[in-house]
Amino acid sequence: MANIILWTIIGILVLIILYIVLTFNSLIMLRNRVENAWSQIDVQLKRRYDLIPNLVNTVKGYMKHESGTLTEITKMRSKLVSGSMSEKSKASDAISQALKTIFAVSEDYPKLQASENFKMLQEELAGTESKIAFSRQFYNDNVMSLNNKIQQFPSNIIANLLKFNEKEFFKSEETERKPVKVEF
Amino acid sequence: MSLYENISSNKRKSILLIILFFIIVASLGYILGFYIGAPVTGLLIAFIFSAVMVLISYYSGDELILKMSHAVPSDKKTYPHLVNTVEGLAIAAGIQTPKIYIINDSAINAFATGRNPNHASVTVTTGAIERLKRDELEGVIAHELAHIRNYDIRMMMLVAVLVGIIALLSDLFLRTMIYGRRDKQIRGTGRPFGAILFLVGFILALLAPLIAQLIKLAVSRQREFLADADGALLSRNPQGLANALKKIRDDKEPLVEAANKATAHLFIENPLRTFKGRINSLFSTHPEIDERIKRLQGL
Repeated sequence: MANIILWTIIGILVLIILYIVLTFNSLIMLRNRVENAWSQIDVQLKRRYDLIPNLVNTVKGYMKHESGTLTEITKMRSKLVSGSMSEKSKASDAISQALKTIFAVSEDYPKLQASENFKMLQEELAGTESKIAFSRQFYNDNVMSLNNKIQQFPSNIIANLLKFNEKEFFKSEETERKPVKVEF
Repeated sequence: MSLYENISSNKRKSILLIILFFIIVASLGYILGFYIGAPVTGLLIAFIFSAVMVLISYYSGDELILKMSHAVPSDKKTYPHLVNTVEGLAIAAGIQTPKIYIINDSAINAFATGRNPNHASVTVTTGAIERLKRDELEGVIAHELAHIRNYDIRMMMLVAVLVGIIALLSDLFLRTMIYGRRDKQIRGTGRPFGAILFLVGFILALLAPLIAQLIKLAVSRQREFLADADGALLSRNPQGLANALKKIRDDKEPLVEAANKATAHLFIENPLRTFKGRINSLFSTHPEIDERIKRLQGL
């Protein structure tokens, strides 16, 4: 009789340990996915950071009246690659707005519109713009799976014991991604 | 069905298909061997043949399909917005950016192929690039990336190549049979070889409708609906794909020249359809386009 009780206890302990190991591993996997997703955003922000000086140089000669917007973009640009997540997100939103203005205004400058270099930059920036949105979407999806696992019972016990922290969503003023409006 | 259940279901079905291929080819080898008087040799040869064919279709089936469809690799310079769209959606799907190919055809269509998300490609017709708006093209690409992420591509590639091989064998034997009939000498003298070919050809001719049925089963309507929904989840814009499908529906020339019965099921919408909407009923591999549009708009 004592034997049966002993083995039952051992059996239960093994199951518990197994559960802890599996949960720990899936938490690690989810956390790595979030980190990987974050680096995707960073890659795209860096890409935009690199494209902006090109754009400013190309546009500067044509758009004399827009020099204010251009200075603004150049200022915000540095915040894309340094600073906290919320700073990056704010800078990214501000630049999106400023770029929209520049591309809208550019329609009044036929010579600029005809420039191959400008067309290429416009496509690249529009592409990067949507990639930022897509990488943000991918990041937030992954943050949600991680946070769910950390909050839901019974995995929350293990997450708390092993000190897994919930991650912050990459918020944007445009919470849901809207279809890209750029037409060529 | 979750993404992971979907992936394992596709992997399971791929293995089933390979086993089925082995059984069909092995039994043919056995029959042929039996008439020559060496059934074991026939079986062995058939076994080696199918093993080689399975390996070829698994590792280079996508290349075969791309070649058959006259697809050529695209570079970033020619179609920058296509490359940007694929790269962006691949980020959203969390997969490696697939290789990008172009078919020079004015019809709007696209397909994805490969054995897994790390060895995959997306092919788009020039018609789709030139005639679809940015968000419509995005919807189409998102649908294809959903196929890639689900491992639909593995299953669909194996269907295209293995079923294609069986169909080809069947065709070959049937032709030989008809040709042999004209040749009085073979039938007249009653040489066993003519009789064997006749029998095998007969069996394969019987198998052909079964094969067509198999294609239909493998490429269930559900798979297309699911990729539509998954794609909409990726692009966050169901209307894009819905509008693209509408354009395909109203297209006067939806026929893709380089598509054939073996590859038709890979495409986003049946490439063998003529304008009047007449579909070869035996190969209706795609759900009704209006039903797809309706479901997308309901998302």
